[in-house]
Amino acid sequence: MLTLTSPVDTPLHRWPAGAKLAALCAVTVLLFALDAPLPLALCAGAAGLLHLAFGTAFAAHALRLLRPLWPFAAVIALWHLWRGEPQAGATILLRLFTAVACANLVTMTTRLSDMIATLERLAAPLSRLGLSRLGLSPRALSLAVALVIRFIPVLSRRIAQISEAIRARSARRPGHRVVLPATLAALDDAEQVAQALRARGGAG
Amino acid sequence: MERNLAHIALFAALVAVLGLVPAITLPFGVPISAQSLGIMLCGTVLGARRGALAVILFLVLVAIGLPLLSGGRGGLGVFVGPSAGFLIGFPVAAFVAGLVVERWSAALPVVAFAGAVLGGIVALYAFGIPGMALVLGKSLPEATLLATPFLPGDLIKCVLAALITRAIAQMRPGALLSRG
Repeated sequence: MLTLTSPVDTPLHRWPAGAKLAALCAVTVLLFALDAPLPLALCAGAAGLLHLAFGTAFAAHALRLLRPLWPFAAVIALWHLWRGEPQAGATILLRLFTAVACANLVTMTTRLSDMIATLERLAAPLSRLGLSRLGLSPRALSLAVALVIRFIPVLSRRIAQISEAIRARSARRPGHRVVLPATLAALDDAEQVAQALRARGGAG
Repeated sequence: MERNLAHIALFAALVAVLGLVPAITLPFGVPISAQSLGIMLCGTVLGARRGALAVILFLVLVAIGLPLLSGGRGGLGVFVGPSAGFLIGFPVAAFVAGLVVERWSAALPVVAFAGAVLGGIVALYAFGIPGMALVLGKSLPEATLLATPFLPGDLIKCVLAALITRAIAQMRPGALLSRG
């Protein structure tokens, strides 16, 4: 399965994931504390230069990840131009794009395996706090993550088959009619996985 | 234990896969996908606790960088974007929907519809709208206005969630853990 990690290797790829996450928290808090267009524009410029320093291909990839924000940007821009407050609009948009770009930067430069390792480290103190009774032991968590990653292509293929079967007997688009058979498939697979786990000594 | 874990994992995968089902995008980029229907089903089928955990597991996978949100979005960026409040509201929505189905013993389609509305609309919007207001620098009424285009689609999804939950109760009576 594709991940959002960038194939362009950057120095940031070699930073520990925990450090990048901590830096991201600090940057995000800072961005939401700044409330004027000029300092936010400096932050946005710095973020842009950082991306460009890793190459134009990397920067173009990062720009593509920001695409879902454009409809919101259009609404905000029109709203504030109509109200005659371009400064307030610029503040909101600069903060939004910079915060999302910085978070995406961490995602793009951290491999999935490093993220999962960090997740397990973060989950360990949680389980000591007694959350293991809620099924939150680090082992159960990594097993669950692995199961989801394994079963996404399985269920995905199942939905494709169901859609084909629906298209074969109806001229209409399958749409929501795949949801019920897909949910039944998930329930049936869950029972089988549970049996298989028990047969192999349990998930404890 | 194994049964809970397997159901939580498989429903997290189901929510992810339902995000890949082709979505219709309304003007100004409101995606209508089956993904939030999946969130409601986590609650109405698995029950409050397991449903919420399935959704949290799904969000963990999104956060560590898998593009599983509808429209192929993912990574840490979505948690600071305009829909961040809705993402935080997702597990609460599943929990509320599950709680209604667990605690209210009226006819299943009615209960499942009520659960889907209370969870998938009331609870979800209670998180989503303040989130949007914060990120986009708007007042709550203004953000509510921005969220209303989602409403008709979400009501249709509540009806579908109720029908699908009833169909599951009929086809796999033992599998409806919320009524276990």
